[in-house]
Amino acid sequence: MEKIKFWGYRRSNGQVGVRNHVLILPTITCATQTAQRVTELVQGTVSFIHPHGCGQIGSDFDQTFKTYVGIGSNPNVYGVIVLGLGCETHQARMIAKEIEKTGKPVEVVSIQDQGGTLQAIADTAKVAVKMVQEASAVMREECYFDELIVATECGGSDACSGLSANPAVGRASDVIVEQGGTAILAETTELIGAEHLLANRAANDTVAKRVFEVIGAMEKRSNLMGVDLRTGNPSPGNIEGGITTLEEKSLGAATKSGSSRLEEIVDYAERPTKKGLVWMDTPGHDIEQLTGMVAGGAQVVLFTSGRGTPTGSPIAPVIKISTNTVMYEKMNENMDLDAGTIIEGIETVDEVGNRIISEIKDVACGKLTKAEILKQHDFGIWRIGPTF
Amino acid sequence: MSILEKVKTLILNEADNIAIALSEIEENNTILVKAGKVEKKLHMKNRIEFGHKFAVTDIQKGEDIKKYGEVIGVATESIQAGEHVHVHNIESKRGSEE
Repeated sequence: MEKIKFWGYRRSNGQVGVRNHVLILPTITCATQTAQRVTELVQGTVSFIHPHGCGQIGSDFDQTFKTYVGIGSNPNVYGVIVLGLGCETHQARMIAKEIEKTGKPVEVVSIQDQGGTLQAIADTAKVAVKMVQEASAVMREECYFDELIVATECGGSDACSGLSANPAVGRASDVIVEQGGTAILAETTELIGAEHLLANRAANDTVAKRVFEVIGAMEKRSNLMGVDLRTGNPSPGNIEGGITTLEEKSLGAATKSGSSRLEEIVDYAERPTKKGLVWMDTPGHDIEQLTGMVAGGAQVVLFTSGRGTPTGSPIAPVIKISTNTVMYEKMNENMDLDAGTIIEGIETVDEVGNRIISEIKDVACGKLTKAEILKQHDFGIWRIGPTF
Repeated sequence: MSILEKVKTLILNEADNIAIALSEIEENNTILVKAGKVEKKLHMKNRIEFGHKFAVTDIQKGEDIKKYGEVIGVATESIQAGEHVHVHNIESKRGSEE
């Protein structure tokens, strides 16, 4: 087997980035607009809008905290300016302290300490200018696929998802694993009904047991609300596309994991401790699972869709793969690759899988995805408790 | 009635009792479906849209529906071969307390 190379940014902690962003990380809703202003002023910075960071307690506080830390620590980020208001539960200083452990440059700005929005914008922008110039001087170096964590997800699925794009991503996932890298399977909700197949591929009994635990917990969560999970899944778009039941959607979704051994199951936004195929326990919500996997260290995301989606991440390139050619042509500014060729009988699953691998290599080297070009900076955290 | 040659259908596993339409199928046509080496003539009772499912055998109410060789739900009424299989005649067995 020939080792696949790409050109990446080696960080001081040894991890490799495929991008070199300066991230303005607002830890609280109240700071997101200020962060946006800075990105308008300073080329090379990215940020995102979100409603999180205050009135959160217990495990819900922890999950949001570790997501912020994970996003800032992702190797696609050169340096971070953590931007807070000042009085929020998710203190900028505490989050900065955790991100600093990666060895990357981290600065903190507080809107209340700075004396208001305008001064905070100016001060953040001044720090950002310096950081962006330093970042631009970093050279890419030769790296291998074993340094990659590749996230996989599907959204806006249709009946073709389980026949074309998902099995092709499964083939790509197997290649990443063969290359010594890590592939993440997520969206626990959409694996309900396929758990026995994944448990059979578990590396050991502990992992197999955990498969049934996370699936059971996800089903219980909706029961506790007194709500039938089926009222929201499959979604109206899925049903129009020919998917009838949750199990049917799940069996199609599970094909994204290929045929590799399942090494471990990690919690939301947690970095995998093992190479190979890893399952992250996330909901099926597109943006929440994307954010969780990127916070878990994924540098590249593979996203299949039948109905079409604009989704992207502020810091990780998202390669979007259509399940059918009609949608690929209709939403071409949003889609990067077409797996509909499998349905048309033009290409095999393996051929499309190899095309995906080749695209990962190009994108890892710097080729921009459609979502990056369209500045699709989506961010959303899986909240597990109410706001107080 | 002649057999429609142009329709594309797919049975994913020999254990499956449904097939997928990979091109639109008009009702009242006779089509040929294949599962492995077995070929079967089917009279289509409904129009089937691209990506949608239809029964390849008669299915009793309460019987499991199989796709990928796995259970994807249960029939809520009896379904005849050639009928559209979707939310109106099958339901999920998961995600509810029942």
